[in-house]
Amino acid sequence: MAFFYYLIFPGFAFAAIVGLLTAWFDRKVTARVQWRKGPPWYQNFADVAKLLIKEVPVPETANKGIFLLAPAVALSASAMAAAMLGAANINWDYTFTGDLLVLWYILALPSIMIILGASASGNPLSSIGASREMNQFIGYELPLVIAMATVVFKVGSVGLGDILRFQAENGPILYSASGIIACIVAILCLQAKLGLVPFDIPEAETELGAGAFMEYSGAALGAFKLTKAILLYTSPIFIITLFWGGIQVKGLGILWAILKYVLFIALFTLIRNTNPRLRIDQAVRFFWVNMTILALIALVLMSLGY
Amino acid sequence: MSLGLSGLKKSIWVYHVACSPCNNCDIEILDLLTPRFDVERFGIVLVGSVRHADALLVTGMVNRQIKPRLQELYLQAAKPCVVFAIGSCAVSGNFFRRSYNMAGPVDRAIKEVDPNAIIVYVPGCPPKPEAMISGVVKAIGFLDNLKAKK
Repeated sequence: MAFFYYLIFPGFAFAAIVGLLTAWFDRKVTARVQWRKGPPWYQNFADVAKLLIKEVPVPETANKGIFLLAPAVALSASAMAAAMLGAANINWDYTFTGDLLVLWYILALPSIMIILGASASGNPLSSIGASREMNQFIGYELPLVIAMATVVFKVGSVGLGDILRFQAENGPILYSASGIIACIVAILCLQAKLGLVPFDIPEAETELGAGAFMEYSGAALGAFKLTKAILLYTSPIFIITLFWGGIQVKGLGILWAILKYVLFIALFTLIRNTNPRLRIDQAVRFFWVNMTILALIALVLMSLGY
Repeated sequence: MSLGLSGLKKSIWVYHVACSPCNNCDIEILDLLTPRFDVERFGIVLVGSVRHADALLVTGMVNRQIKPRLQELYLQAAKPCVVFAIGSCAVSGNFFRRSYNMAGPVDRAIKEVDPNAIIVYVPGCPPKPEAMISGVVKAIGFLDNLKAKK
């Protein structure tokens, strides 16, 4: 059962397909915003299928083992995160104590693997990308943890099942002042985790070529693309689970769940299309000053009962 | 294999190599990405790293200084990789063909390192964006032939 959860239904296969479709939605909306027609719906599937037949040249200066292992670990970690979230939403008892913390660690793994893989590639531009990814990672984790702490203290438990059960009984956490503020902080932090435009500093096509992914090609690059797609699927589910009562797969609840999901994807795309890329120092200051203060305000409001 | 090839036909990532051009062809290439032509409809995307490229868009006559770099770039690209010679200079050398620093048009420079390279010629000074799209279509047709042979 655990293997089915991990490999097929809420895990790898389902998350990859939905994630790639979501990435297409993102590209299509971006194209429409720029008055273009945009790619067809199967575009991202074609990209990944193509990457699988390309050869994977490893640079002479690279550390071969880490260079090729990093994308595989990133992909399996993102599939694990999707499976854990999906399982908790399907059955509130299919969880364990403290799985929110485990989920937080697993969601951090893809970023760490990008840093490791880029550093192992031996390319100077990749190493700049890796250092930027690291700075950004240190930046957004702090407010994200405080936003998660707001939910955890309100519910009084670090289990995803308990959080969902609390919201089913007392109404979603989003419908309170502290919930809204914490949710905004979480959305912006996940935007940075996904590497979407105001925070695509590690990739920065116009400055660094492809930045952290510069030396990757073929199946290894395909694994990173799939990782990004699965994270794009996981992030809205993560926010919905924490703040908006999770996903109910019974009756009309499924429509409501799809609506919530599309709303968050549209938010990500809107933020991505209306903002220019920040510099790395601006991004870190944004997270450590503005977002951390906002998250602390949410925490204080929550303790006062708002 | 065939799934990957049909994927390749639908998603060609191009890398722009400017080998001492006059920038006219480069501007026409950038026109391809504007809303009027929008090649992302066909899955064609401009990428920043040669490792991601399925096609090199080479513009300009290749002079002595840039030739080793062009060859190195071609060797670093992940195969299969198609080379597009865009513009009269890249196709034949145009009126630079007897110049002292001419190091051969694109096809000669590439075939020195890989005799079996697939090269698509798009003549014009500069070629129209429509001509470039037609070149891509012909390259896709060539991929179909490749599949039929196997």
